[in-house]
Amino acid sequence: MKHLDEYRDPQLAGKLIDKIKALSRRPVRLMEVCGTHTVSIFRSGIRSLLPPSITLLSGPGCPVCVTATEEIDKFIKLGQQKDTIVATFGDLVRVPGSSSSLQKERADGADIRVVYSTFDALDIARRNPSRTVVFLAVGFETTAPTIAAAVKEAKKERIDNFYIIPAHKIIPPAMEALLAGGELAIDGFICPGHVSVIIGADAYRPVADKYHIPCVVAGFEPVDILQTIYMLLSQIEEGKAAVEIQYRRAVNFTGNEKALALLSEVFETCDAPWRGLGTIPDSGLRLRDNYRALDIETKFDLTVPRTQDHPGCSCGDILRGVKTPLDCALYRKVCTPSNPYGPCMVSTEGTCAAYYKYHD
Amino acid sequence: MCLAVPMQVLELKENTAVVDMGGTRRAVRLDVIDRPPTVGDYVIVHAGFAIHCIDEEEAKITLQYFEEIFADETSR
Repeated sequence: MKHLDEYRDPQLAGKLIDKIKALSRRPVRLMEVCGTHTVSIFRSGIRSLLPPSITLLSGPGCPVCVTATEEIDKFIKLGQQKDTIVATFGDLVRVPGSSSSLQKERADGADIRVVYSTFDALDIARRNPSRTVVFLAVGFETTAPTIAAAVKEAKKERIDNFYIIPAHKIIPPAMEALLAGGELAIDGFICPGHVSVIIGADAYRPVADKYHIPCVVAGFEPVDILQTIYMLLSQIEEGKAAVEIQYRRAVNFTGNEKALALLSEVFETCDAPWRGLGTIPDSGLRLRDNYRALDIETKFDLTVPRTQDHPGCSCGDILRGVKTPLDCALYRKVCTPSNPYGPCMVSTEGTCAAYYKYHD
Repeated sequence: MCLAVPMQVLELKENTAVVDMGGTRRAVRLDVIDRPPTVGDYVIVHAGFAIHCIDEEEAKITLQYFEEIFADETSR
């Protein structure tokens, strides 16, 4: 398949690994902040092929995983409202909240439907005019413009039973929060490819400039990721901290203007809670005044009591890269994909789920 | 969740396109794509939306770089 197979060539991957080995002199820690990269790195076995001097860390790159428990509890409370249909992307359904999950609520009779696209949720609203339909708006900058498009269409077509619960997160502020925390020495960021399709690589300049950390935007195939690692190592060896793009077929420096314009017409930034990182200023999105009526919290009181995570769950530490799943007491012993205690084991893009599936 | 795949445009309608990858076809929306695609273009598809029209020139540059890596080896 074009634009995929070219970047899966094992011979080429072998050459890049040789180049990486020749260049790598001192220990470096590179972090990816995209769940799709996490899965791709594990699936292709890249970790086991790299020299021991290179450590790959997974950061807060899985939208479902970084969704805070208070947000999950709100989604659950929403499912308990009368005459309400909750539409969501699949991964969220099994994430445990303080005392329930959407899956448990569904078993108890809540109408929770998994959709592939926001427009599927809009169709559900059209077909069920007497019921309130709420889309759980989770996701990074890749997904947020698609939600904005649905919100805009709902308003234009006056589909007045369609709402969202905005829980989007923005990646660059989280990268800065990780570095500002000072808990972890990171030598380079493998920046998310599809987030960058929308926001453009310039969005990482504050990270590169302020913290002197090289940033390279990566594609998702094995050769893409290896080339990215090589580019990061080259920068580190030369003492540079620049923003570069490996994923040039999809990403430029300024982003997708049309998507960004739509995003800023519908949403504005706000402070947002992240699992493991706490509240990060300007790292979330809320509806602008003109669209505020589509926020379900203007209709229902979704205030939830103080949240409670499983005391042994290490998802927060794992999302900050300070622990790996192997450091978690619950991992594999009681926490498994069929019985997850935390979101990193639920989502297929979660670090724990990736370790479970691919780590020996 | 930011999973997105390159698919080829087969048909264009007003604000949707029919796209294909290895025989899997689906209709996608064009609300947020960076520039209007033409039939035959490859677009990156995420959650029912085409979010980017792949830049063939840029793809070529990357592939040329790969060719150079091979050339380096053989010329040594």
